[in-house]
Amino acid sequence: MGVIVPAGAAGRSTVEGYDPKAHDPFFDGVSQQLADKGFITAAADDLITWARTGSLMWMTFGLACCAVEMMQASMPRYDLERYGFAPRASPRQSDVMIVAGTLVNKMAPALRKVYDQMPEPRYVISMGSCANGGGYYYFSYSTVRGCDRVVPVDVYVPGCPPTAEALVYGVLQLQKKIRRTGTIVR
Amino acid sequence: MSSWPHSHADLDALGQELVANGAGLFTGYRVQFDDLSLSAQMPRIAEALAFLRDNHQFQQLIDLAGVDYPERERRFEVVYCLLSLTRNLRIRLRIETDEDTAVPTATGVFPNADWYEREAFDMYGIFFDGHPDLRRILTDYGFHGHPLRKDFPMMGNVEVRYDDELKRVVYEPVKAVEWRNWDFLSPWEGDERGYAPLPGDDKVALGDVPPPPKGGQG
Repeated sequence: MGVIVPAGAAGRSTVEGYDPKAHDPFFDGVSQQLADKGFITAAADDLITWARTGSLMWMTFGLACCAVEMMQASMPRYDLERYGFAPRASPRQSDVMIVAGTLVNKMAPALRKVYDQMPEPRYVISMGSCANGGGYYYFSYSTVRGCDRVVPVDVYVPGCPPTAEALVYGVLQLQKKIRRTGTIVR
Repeated sequence: MSSWPHSHADLDALGQELVANGAGLFTGYRVQFDDLSLSAQMPRIAEALAFLRDNHQFQQLIDLAGVDYPERERRFEVVYCLLSLTRNLRIRLRIETDEDTAVPTATGVFPNADWYEREAFDMYGIFFDGHPDLRRILTDYGFHGHPLRKDFPMMGNVEVRYDDELKRVVYEPVKAVEWRNWDFLSPWEGDERGYAPLPGDDKVALGDVPPPPKGGQG
């Protein structure tokens, strides 16, 4: 167990080079600009990707035990919604699909149909061994050996099942990917 | 699942009583895995289930399962698992059949046998005579074969992928799967000669020892 440090300045006082009296020059500059002119400027695609990463609505595609971890990730302990990553029941109003669990042959057309209903830009997180590549059921007669045979996947989260933390990490990686690529599809 | 609170002697006595006073419905019994397991006559199975339900308080059909024994002349067994809540007792009832002979349905006695029988039909191809809606329940739409039969290939026959040109999910013969050559030898324990080289272990000179015996294949 690590040492629990009180929050606030005392907590950060252990960080090397941290001076609570010195301000961050970037934030100082931004706040001065805001106070001086009443507005700030930014590149349009930066702004768009910032807005996009800050409100990713995800559609649940819980198929097996991974779905339980997916639920945990949005529960108070890990609270995915603090990243603006909120569940949405309808594919037509969501940006991300989390494929959580074993995808079987019978489900594959339905998965693709739901994916096709999502508006662009859309992203897919493949969660767990089964969705990544068949996993435990690779040699089964009824399992799709990886959901990337049916939909294009952006982020693979490994694990069987992955912990809720791993999924949160995958979501952060997806946000990083969106920020990095920043495509605007017309 | 233990036979508690019934001893094996109790189960033995019940089996003897059922075979003796069961109007010829039961052909034999054995006490196996802490449970009483009765053999029944296939054409009279519905009657036997009704007999146990009405005269011996077995109110619930817990499960109905198929079993495949390909070496037998009549290859399938159908197993009925019954529970008596009032007697705190479980019982198994088994009958034999084959691919062509239809088993009388149990839906008239226990309505929940409906989906169980559909599952047994789906997985083994066992027919149930008089079933109200005997069609597949679990496997894919348009599926061929009965996957829990021992002669069904484990990998199945088809796999799916999304075809970008056709814009739909297509079915293809299985080809993407590489078989793994399982050997169940432990490098720590070895075979009967006390030696088990791992496949691909190039530090072992191949001439030193004879190759390991072939293990089972998965």
